[in-house]
Amino acid sequence: MKDDLEHRAEIAVPVTSRRKFMRTAAVTSGAGILSAGLVPIRAQESANKARLLVRPAATKDVTLFTVHVPQAALDDLKRRLAAVRWPDRGSATDWSQGVPLAKAQELIEDWRTRYNWRRAESSLNALPQFRTQIDGLGFYFIHVRSKHENALPIILTHGWPGSIIEFLQVIGPLVDPTAHGGKADEAFHVVIPSLPGFGFSDKPTEAGWRLPRIANAWAALMARLGYSRYVAQGGDLGAGVSSWMAKQRVSGLAAIHLNLPILFPPPPPPPGGYTAAEQPALAQLGKYAGDGSGYASIQATRPQTLGYGLADSPVGQAMWIYEKFQAWSDNKGDPAEAISADHMLDDITLYWLTDTAASSARVYFESFAKDFARMPIDLPVAVSIFKGDFFTPPKLWGDQTYSKLFYWNEVPNGGHFAALEQPELFVAELRKSFAQVR
Amino acid sequence: MQMKNELENRTRASAPFSSRRRFMRSAAITGGTGLLATGPVPSRAQESAKKAPLLVLPAATKDVTPFTVHVPRAALDDLKRRLASTRWPERETVGDWSQGVPLQKAQALIAYWGDKYDWRRFEARLNAFPQYRTQIDGLGIHFIHVRSPHRNALPIILTHGWPGSVVEFMEIIGPLSDPTRYGGRAEDAFHVVVPSLPGFAFSDKPMETGWDVNRIARAWATIMQRLGYDRWVAQGGDWGAGVTHALAQQRPQGLIAAHVNWQFVFPEKLPENPTPAEQRAIDGASRFANDWSGYFREQATRPQTIGYPLADSAAGQALWIYEKFQAWTDNHGNPEDALAVDAMLDDISLYWFTDTAASSARIYWENTRAGFGGLSRGRIELPMAASVFPHEIFCPPKAWAEALWPNLFYWNELDKGGHFAAFEQPKLFTEELRKAFRSRRA
Repeated sequence: MKDDLEHRAEIAVPVTSRRKFMRTAAVTSGAGILSAGLVPIRAQESANKARLLVRPAATKDVTLFTVHVPQAALDDLKRRLAAVRWPDRGSATDWSQGVPLAKAQELIEDWRTRYNWRRAESSLNALPQFRTQIDGLGFYFIHVRSKHENALPIILTHGWPGSIIEFLQVIGPLVDPTAHGGKADEAFHVVIPSLPGFGFSDKPTEAGWRLPRIANAWAALMARLGYSRYVAQGGDLGAGVSSWMAKQRVSGLAAIHLNLPILFPPPPPPPGGYTAAEQPALAQLGKYAGDGSGYASIQATRPQTLGYGLADSPVGQAMWIYEKFQAWSDNKGDPAEAISADHMLDDITLYWLTDTAASSARVYFESFAKDFARMPIDLPVAVSIFKGDFFTPPKLWGDQTYSKLFYWNEVPNGGHFAALEQPELFVAELRKSFAQVR
Repeated sequence: MQMKNELENRTRASAPFSSRRRFMRSAAITGGTGLLATGPVPSRAQESAKKAPLLVLPAATKDVTPFTVHVPRAALDDLKRRLASTRWPERETVGDWSQGVPLQKAQALIAYWGDKYDWRRFEARLNAFPQYRTQIDGLGIHFIHVRSPHRNALPIILTHGWPGSVVEFMEIIGPLSDPTRYGGRAEDAFHVVVPSLPGFAFSDKPMETGWDVNRIARAWATIMQRLGYDRWVAQGGDWGAGVTHALAQQRPQGLIAAHVNWQFVFPEKLPENPTPAEQRAIDGASRFANDWSGYFREQATRPQTIGYPLADSAAGQALWIYEKFQAWTDNHGNPEDALAVDAMLDDISLYWFTDTAASSARIYWENTRAGFGGLSRGRIELPMAASVFPHEIFCPPKAWAEALWPNLFYWNELDKGGHFAAFEQPKLFTEELRKAFRSRRA
């Protein structure tokens, strides 16, 4: 385990024995507190060590986890926000070149002066959080069991630039439906992991953490938690993971639900051309490829180079994400119409504090070109299309790809970050669709 | 264009968005001297914050006004502070440059930049050249202008690209303008003009859209006219090649020939059975589309968004550029094989101190919107010259150029050098221009 730790992220940990470390971790409740003995990388020897956030080493046990970001890290963030050097306003009057300068400055000012990470931290720490090692990597997850014994276990997977933050508001309604306008037989046991390289999960030190491997890790997690029958849900990368769980027929998986299904028309194009019903989605694909996928292109090819600016500049990290809150959520031009500033900043701050710009981009390097192809699935699939998303494929493609498509609904409100934008509608979709699976 | 669609089919790469929109907005650039800004100031949000020192350019007029670079001391100190407090990502999960600049190389570069690099040395060297600014088409343009002691010298305008700058040409200005001092002949002398592209270095940053290579080319023709040249040639690589191809097609008064070290001569329809040389060119372009064009796709679509990390993080800005010094030069794995670290940092520092990450990225956005930046610029009647350096992003075969350039008068394929040809191989590059333009002298 010591070797494992030393290979990790260039931070050398003075572990003398596993038992000693675990004792320390237990004493601190596995908190993410900086250990005084950590030595940063050589070039940073003069830098402020207290800014670093360290995750306690994970083991095959399921260990309680608490978030505690050192105050020094929060102070460092504020200092950086106060010293931002801005680009020029440029030539665009809209979002066509990216986040307009005025909107960027507005968000940063809010982040610097009003936003309070400790609120988000308290919310997280009010939930049961854990870490456990699977396939050599430590994974963070939230696990909330319903009081209803027959609740259906569900694993919810976020995407990029999302996080577990997206699901916090749906946990209560899913787990405790009778307190949230639902019925006891609609209850779920909820598991919400962070993807490798995101949030409080570890960052892989070796290549190979592609979507199929993550899918297997999720299956191992559910098994470790004692679930022999469960469902999986996801959008964005989470849809990819959930799809691969279904594709690989991982043990225990009964069905999946997707809010951004990875659907393309089956090749080749039909002789008469595509139908009218398919045209809008084809246009969306063309627009994404031509104008909306620059971020994916750089993340899929040079995540490390991109990572330097994002790791070193909180405004850089923020705008990299904020742009997608505007582009992909259901709004009329301003992302605040769809997602509150606090929620956006909770998510952005999580990326910033965990220094996961490069590691989260690396999932694209691993999988974007290889694991997002059209994938026929024979396990039961449910789909909710939130009409404000940037890609809303037609049911025809679902019928052509999922042999057991048992639920398809088009939700008029909400977009890419469905659970965050429309928690009630999202919960309703899961209740309705999975009623058939219980 | 069809070419791009064919490559897409072969490589699953996507063509850039190509419809055109124009936003007309009057540009008003005001400012004080090249000292710490008290004039045009950032927004409200920064009023209570510590301001990062800005470099403000003096307003340009239609006069050709001498210009000197002076980066405020506060900016140098600010840079050192930022470098020293760089927050790093973890290292890459591969053993090579395939995910970008390896962490160890990145930290070494930043450590050197912070501890050893001397901007004032470079600034003095730059200021030893006669520099000017003049307003063209509403925008202040910075340029170096060195007249040869030989009156009959041939005027030449050299255009850099991205992530390059006027720095790339600094070693060749002397040999081109004063050849006898550098082992050359008086008959090969040039009057040398080296502008900074709009949004780069000490040129103004456009505040209206529309500054594509065609507009830049028109501005360049105006510069040469304003400098009194009625018979001149143009040269360029990267976006500078884009501008030079545009100039060649526009054929402004006075332009008699052009030389490019990157040739946009892909045929409309790819050959069914390519020759080995054709296949190499196709492979180069495919590799670019599939693996090398992430930066291009981002800058072509969201230059403002990528501008935020690069404007605020000196390390981010440095590594965004440094990666290309490794990827696109003729080297054995390290950029230092091809370029001195000080020279690379000269270029990087220019981007940093002028805060031109976003504005320079915009050239991708502008030209993608206008449908340029592709692999072919079409037919050119103007007499054309070409030097093909082996480590260019793609090296087209001569036959492709002959098919599009009926007046191709010079073609040479070298065995050393890459994308930053003048920067990597100043002697070879100088010799190429001397040889190429010998036949064009009056």
